[in-house]
Amino acid sequence: MRIALFVTCLADTLFPEAARATVRLLERLGHEVVFPEDQTCCGQMHVNTGYPDEALRLVRRHVRVFAPFEVVVAPSGSCVGSVRHQHAMVARRAGDERLASRAEEIGRRTYELSELLVDVLRVTDVGAYFPHRVTYHPTCHSLRMLRVGDKPLRLLRAVRGLELAELPEAEQCCGFGGTFAVKNADTSTAMLADKMRNVLATRADVCAAGDASCLMHIGGGLSRLRAGVRTVHLAEILASTEDEDRAGKQARREVRS
Amino acid sequence: MTRTFLGMPTTAPRGVGHLREGEPFPAAARRGLADPQLRRNLRHATTTIRAKSGAVIAEVPDWQQLRAAGSAVKADTMARLPELLEQLEAAVTAAGGTVHWAVDAVEANRIVTGLVRAAGADRVMKVKSMATQEIGLNEALEAVGIEPVETDLAELIVQLGRDKPSHILVPAIHRNRAEIREIFLREMPDVDPGLTDEPAVLAAAARRHLRETFLSTRVAVSGANFAVAETGTLAVVESEGNGRMCLTLPETLITVMGIEKVVPTWRDLEVFLQLLPRASTGERMNPYTSMWTGVTPGDGPQAFHLVLLDNGRSAVLADEVGRQALHCIRCSACLNVCPVYERTGGHAYGSVYPGPIGAVLSPQLTGVADNASLPYASSLCGACYDACPVMIDIPSILVHLRAEAPHPRAEAAAMAAAAYTMDHPALYAAAQRAAKLSRLAGPRGRGLPPPLSGWTASRDLPEPPPQTFRQWWAQR
Repeated sequence: MRIALFVTCLADTLFPEAARATVRLLERLGHEVVFPEDQTCCGQMHVNTGYPDEALRLVRRHVRVFAPFEVVVAPSGSCVGSVRHQHAMVARRAGDERLASRAEEIGRRTYELSELLVDVLRVTDVGAYFPHRVTYHPTCHSLRMLRVGDKPLRLLRAVRGLELAELPEAEQCCGFGGTFAVKNADTSTAMLADKMRNVLATRADVCAAGDASCLMHIGGGLSRLRAGVRTVHLAEILASTEDEDRAGKQARREVRS
Repeated sequence: MTRTFLGMPTTAPRGVGHLREGEPFPAAARRGLADPQLRRNLRHATTTIRAKSGAVIAEVPDWQQLRAAGSAVKADTMARLPELLEQLEAAVTAAGGTVHWAVDAVEANRIVTGLVRAAGADRVMKVKSMATQEIGLNEALEAVGIEPVETDLAELIVQLGRDKPSHILVPAIHRNRAEIREIFLREMPDVDPGLTDEPAVLAAAARRHLRETFLSTRVAVSGANFAVAETGTLAVVESEGNGRMCLTLPETLITVMGIEKVVPTWRDLEVFLQLLPRASTGERMNPYTSMWTGVTPGDGPQAFHLVLLDNGRSAVLADEVGRQALHCIRCSACLNVCPVYERTGGHAYGSVYPGPIGAVLSPQLTGVADNASLPYASSLCGACYDACPVMIDIPSILVHLRAEAPHPRAEAAAMAAAAYTMDHPALYAAAQRAAKLSRLAGPRGRGLPPPLSGWTASRDLPEPPPQTFRQWWAQR
């Protein structure tokens, strides 16, 4: 299948490994990945901060760039949520019904990674190998805007070597919320503290999620605590193989010696 | 899109009632966040209610259909509100009651105060009522020498503690039983000095304290959970029985009701009386459901007044997106699942309506500019939408209100610049290369300037990678 990658601005700029892993994984499964280079950002930050009129130009761009593709994937539940649920709203607000219906069409064929794998490509065992104790934070927008349900967990359970640790109060928000983390920094920090407490209680060495933004938040907190727990995007786990694991260990040995 | 309509309904007036924040949410939230006892009380209470409510909702096989039915009845009601209110007025009048229309809090307080005086009373007992809290009725009564006595246990705790309610259903949720015991010892003149902090003992003390009031007070003021347009029937649901005492013992009963509480038919109560208790207290049925229609000679109050309160509701109704907030049946399920409410407490919202529903309702009733920080008091996690028994899409209303809120000038400039940059891929790529935030700000970005310092106070920024994805793609 030919799949267009919507990389998202955050993954493109700060977490390219999540996007590279998405490409690697889909190519390994025998699909063609294309990257429309005129794409930038879905405009979620603008909409959620109260700037739908500014977001309009980004919606127009997104619709123009992704209109030619049958299937679009993004390694981010919240950006897919924005495309699927906010773009048409932004267009309608501006009185552009034609743009709204085109945005709705694109929304229907834009998938978060776990949805693409399980619902469209019909695969739960992607042949991955990741020998770590992993806990999974489901992320609010994947959970409640996209209703991905247990798809990410089904994918993770099929990963060889992976030990899945259940996260207490998993469905509670980590406190990121885009500009919420800045505008209400104290409240956001209190929410993060509880999320980190729950992550640490799992004794996992990796906290995974399907959204770079939540991972940036949780990872930023864990890093400050020097908690020794890594945050890793779901795509990176699914893209890992036994060969890469061996190569990685070899490379680390060489660096040390 | 702000439109000004000449002659359109106005928002709730300033200087009266409890709908406006004294200070922005982030500042008010800091007090709650810094109080470990409050955090523990809230966490314990909301976790307990969440579990109870989840369990009884799981028993109902058609919960989603019930929610949809509740939502549909409310949408229909809002679509023909004027007609239904006139029908209600006619039915109440035919049953021997008197209907008063109050455009805002000032007028409602004047009407109620006048009625109490006309009845020759200097004390009223009150059933827990959000509408009278909203308009500041207690303060208005006290100003003219009338003593209001709250009879709901939690409202009494709040009143005796000279405190403010912090939850719609459990106004004293922020207090634990040790604190309540102290308040009772201090404020109840005839209390047993050996009072313990056992909930049953505390409830019994409140009951003894209130008994004399129930028997000697001639006027009561209530709110209403529902009003049935076709029959003129008012309904109050409660757990303690104090409500029923207030509704049946006095000579004069005055009900203050927001105009959105009307339902078209008696049959519609069937839906809401299933939704409300399971969503709010986690009970299958609330212990007391009191209904009354006008007056009945020789039985119950012999004078009944219904005050229909607007106080900004017509303005909410005029907003296509925001009007769903009027569907609220005050169950407080959204508060109990909200991670922001759980950590900050209700006082942070500065209004009698806290939590997610407060964050959308208060700014609409007052005009967004007067409660501009409330639409931002949410991470948009969506838990409130899932919990709402009448399916109010609170996250969408929050986003809608943010677009109407006044924006800080620097933020607006930054947002416009960001949108422009992101609409020009070459500029965007250049900005990506320049945006090595953490390098600007020292190791792990700990020295970022305000407002971004809020982030780095507790979180490290990721190290920016040497290569963006699009650079990698271009080279592969």
